Amino acid sequence: MSDPEILFGIYCPPHPQPLLSPDASEGYGKLRDAFETCRKRIEESEADLILVYSTTWPSIIGHQIQGHPEPEWVHVDDDFHYLGSMPYKFKMDTEFAEKFRESAESRGLQSRTVSYDGFPIDTGSIVALKLLNPDNRIPACIVSSNMYANRAETIVLGKSARDAIGAQGKKAVVVVVSSLSNRMFTEHIDPAEDRIHSAKDDEWNKKILEFFGDGRLEDLSQLSREIHGQIRVQKVVAYKPAWWMSATMGQHNNYTGEVLAYEALHGSGGAVVVLTPSKGSVGDKEFDEDDVEHYHGDRGVLDTGAP
Amino acid sequence: MAKGEIVLGCLAPHPPHVVYAENPEQNEAFAEGGWETLRWGYNRLARKLKSIDYDAMVIFTPHWQTYIGTHFLGLPKFKSKSVDPVFPNLFRFNYDISVDVELAEKMCEVAGESGIVTKMMRNPDFRIDYGTITSCHMLNPEWDKPLVTISSNRNAHYYSPEVMNEQASALGDACAKAIEESGKKVVLISSHSLSHRHFVTESPLPEDMSREHIYNHSQYVWDMKLVDLMRDGKMKEVIDIMPEFTEQTIAETEAGGLTWMMAAMGYPEYPAEIYGYQSVIGTGNLIAAWDPLEATREIVL
Ligand SMILES: [Fe+2]
Repeated sequence: MSDPEILFGIYCPPHPQPLLSPDASEGYGKLRDAFETCRKRIEESEADLILVYSTTWPSIIGHQIQGHPEPEWVHVDDDFHYLGSMPYKFKMDTEFAEKFRESAESRGLQSRTVSYDGFPIDTGSIVALKLLNPDNRIPACIVSSNMYANRAETIVLGKSARDAIGAQGKKAVVVVVSSLSNRMFTEHIDPAEDRIHSAKDDEWNKKILEFFGDGRLEDLSQLSREIHGQIRVQKVVAYKPAWWMSATMGQHNNYTGEVLAYEALHGSGGAVVVLTPSKGSVGDKEFDEDDVEHYHGDRGVLDTGAP
Repeated sequence: MAKGEIVLGCLAPHPPHVVYAENPEQNEAFAEGGWETLRWGYNRLARKLKSIDYDAMVIFTPHWQTYIGTHFLGLPKFKSKSVDPVFPNLFRFNYDISVDVELAEKMCEVAGESGIVTKMMRNPDFRIDYGTITSCHMLNPEWDKPLVTISSNRNAHYYSPEVMNEQASALGDACAKAIEESGKKVVLISSHSLSHRHFVTESPLPEDMSREHIYNHSQYVWDMKLVDLMRDGKMKEVIDIMPEFTEQTIAETEAGGLTWMMAAMGYPEYPAEIYGYQSVIGTGNLIAAWDPLEATREIVL
């Protein structure tokens, strides 16, 4: 099996405003522009697969993988139905979906593909695919987030995605759909006055974005439980996106990070971030500063690093 | 105009499995049966409903989740297909429903006046959730009554089960007032399981009843505690322990349905009618009804 070729990763928010009402506030417009930048990057890349992990697609029976070749529907969001409908027709890589399922099962996970006309694809996946891949130029795959899964299961799921990308020799762009802080205002607001729900949420979001900007993906993965406790509304057992993203892209900090936008979405933290694997940054970041297999004694973190 | 009234309250769990097992023509999947204890209980309650004169069903569903206030269906007709995102293998239901928009608007208005954040849902492409469809189908397979779906505002997620209890009861009070002012006879439906821990695997044949059992005994003991209180007509006590029950059994009561319905009915002190209890993929499901009219109230099970 060849090492998987992951061109870059995108972290983006699930809410529909950047798709449906980008002009309602300056912030929504900036998020839309950031999606647009990502769209161009994908178009200019050699990607032949967009793999989406969506926090707004919960599952119970293990993890579900979208296996319909051309899912088509007109979707309406539960909260933001008044912003309009989201008609979609996507092109899915069904062979990859099957491979991903097989890889997940071979790593001990419960997994299945779902292929039904009218299956309700979630708001977050729709927003991402419509903005990042509007003409379905590149086939996509979407995987759910199991509501009971915790760290081990989510990391193994990421590794199985990596297995499948490698096995099929894909050039993949990995997309994680998730808010940062996810507390929204509980009242209807004027979009022009949208802001992050609290100063604490804002501070934590900025701290996370500092890590993203430095390419410290695995460090973020290690911080997931802390992030969950500090700024995540407790809808699910854990904040999982960084676990999955790091396990899928490679559990290290050797990335070039770019924060393209950070804005409020009805109070929640919405950021569009690009992480590109790089070669030159081993040794100056926390998790991968040392050889984790063998102790070599104390050392200065800036002049040596794991190979 | 005569005052409107609540003629029956139903606790009506919505695992799509029960619709699947009934094989109605609207559902695309085919089953060899399963979950009879629940289905037969539902059949009996549906027969009781046939004997009651009512204008509309009002249902509170956990599967229309809103974070920005409470929303109400606000168009007269919805026709489409509902596919369960979790069990699409079991539930792909073609529906054609009528909504009592006048009643929905009245409830939205009265709730708004009492300080609750509200919104009417008027997007014609909106898809009806499988909770609404499952409970309503099992209670009224003929679909010959209009309904109103109320979304579940997720206060338990944002704050705590205690806050959920407070806000759901305020919504219940407001809906009761709106029903009274509407002059209509209404059946309330609280659509949810009790204990709500699922198995994360499914047997090759989902309706294989040799595989079905409660997730663990502690869930069962809690569920039975609630059933006993309901039999004894102690609904205020049920609602008082609701936060504890919800946390201990990760119960689907977290959405607020039972609290909403009991508040609207004034916390009945008469016995609930019990129609059946059974586990579905590990969750605890009870069918029960509260009949305010002593003359027609029965001991069912
Ligand atoms: Fe449910």
